[in-house]
Amino acid sequence: MINYIWFGMILASALCALCTGRLGELSTAVMDGAQGAVELSISLLGSMCAWLGVLKIAEKSGLTALLAEGFSPLINWLFPEYRDDQQIKGKMCMNISANFLGLGNAATPLGLAAMEAMQAQNPHKETPTRGMVLFVVINTASLQLLPVNMAAMRSACGSAQPFNILPEIWLTSLAALGAAVAFCKLAESRSRLG
Amino acid sequence: MEQLGAAALPVILGVILVFGFFKDVDVFDSFVQGAKEGVSATLHLMPTLIGLILAVSMIRASGLLEMLCHLAGPLARAAGVDPELLPLALLRPVSGSGSSAYALDLLRQFGPDSETGKIASVLSSSTETTFYAITVYFGACGCKKLSYSVPAGLLGDAAALAFSILSVKVFG
Repeated sequence: MINYIWFGMILASALCALCTGRLGELSTAVMDGAQGAVELSISLLGSMCAWLGVLKIAEKSGLTALLAEGFSPLINWLFPEYRDDQQIKGKMCMNISANFLGLGNAATPLGLAAMEAMQAQNPHKETPTRGMVLFVVINTASLQLLPVNMAAMRSACGSAQPFNILPEIWLTSLAALGAAVAFCKLAESRSRLG
Repeated sequence: MEQLGAAALPVILGVILVFGFFKDVDVFDSFVQGAKEGVSATLHLMPTLIGLILAVSMIRASGLLEMLCHLAGPLARAAGVDPELLPLALLRPVSGSGSSAYALDLLRQFGPDSETGKIASVLSSSTETTFYAITVYFGACGCKKLSYSVPAGLLGDAAALAFSILSVKVFG
C-alpha cells in the first residue's frame, strides 16, 4: 500500500511539474525535503529520548498501570484484543493523555512505544493488527483539551478572544474522531466476516 | 488559559518524577535506559521520514495542490465558503508545518475573528497530520501494509472539514 502511495505522490508531482514548468523548483524540493527530514529527525531525537526516559520511570513506578486501570473501560471496548495486557494499555493511555493535554512532542514517542509493544506480539510482522490500525487512526485525529498553539497564533494576529472557538474545535475533533473510529470498527467487522 | 497550557508539561513531569522517587524507582537509571531506546527508535525512523517528507515537498513544489484547488473552487463557492480555505483543507492531512503556515496566512489576511479565520482555526486544530502519523507509526514498527488506515484517516479529515464549516456557521 505505501508502495503505491509513495510512487503515486512522486509520479503525480513529476508530471505536474512538467506541465507547469516547475522542474527547477521540483529538483530543489527533492534536496530540501531530504534535508528537512534529517533536521526533523535530529530535533525529534531530543524529545524522543526525553519522553521515553520519563515513560520508563512512569512504567517502573506503576503509574502507567494505574492510568491504564482508570481508562480501562474505554480501552477495552476500543481494543478488545489487548484487554489483558497492562503494559500495552499503559503505553496507549500515556499517548492518549499526552495528545489530550496538547503535548504533541510527548505523544509521538509514547505512541511509538505502544506500537512497538503491539508489533512484538503481532504474528504477521508485515500486516498490522486491528488494534494497531485503530491506534494509528486515533492518532491521525486529535482530541485536544486546549489547543494552545492555535490560540497563540490567533492572539498574535490580534484576535479579541483567541479561545472563543473552543466549542467548535471540540465538536469538530469529536466528529472527526468518531467518523474515523466508526470506519475502523466497520472495517474490522467486515474483515471478521470475510 | 494559556498559562494553564504552559503549566501542563512541568506538572506532568513533576508528578511522574515524584511518584517514581517515592516508589523507590532508580529514577536516573530508568531515564537513561528509556532514553537509549529513544536513540535507536529515532534512527530507525529516519529513512522512512526522509522518503515521506521528500515526496510531500515534491508535491508542494510541483503546483499540484494549486491545480486541485483551482478545480474545486466552484464547489467551495457553492458551499458558501471562501475558496482560499481549500489549500488548507488539502494541506492539513499532508503537512503539519505547511498547513500551520497557511492557516497563519489566512488569519492575517482575513482576521482571526472573521468567518474564514474561524473556520481556518477550527480546521487546523481539529485533526493531526494524517499521512505523517501513518508513515511514522507504521514505519517505526516495520509494518509494510497499511490496511485500511489511510481511508479511515482521510474520512476523519473530511469530517473535520465539514464540521468546521458547519459549526462555525451555526455557532459563530
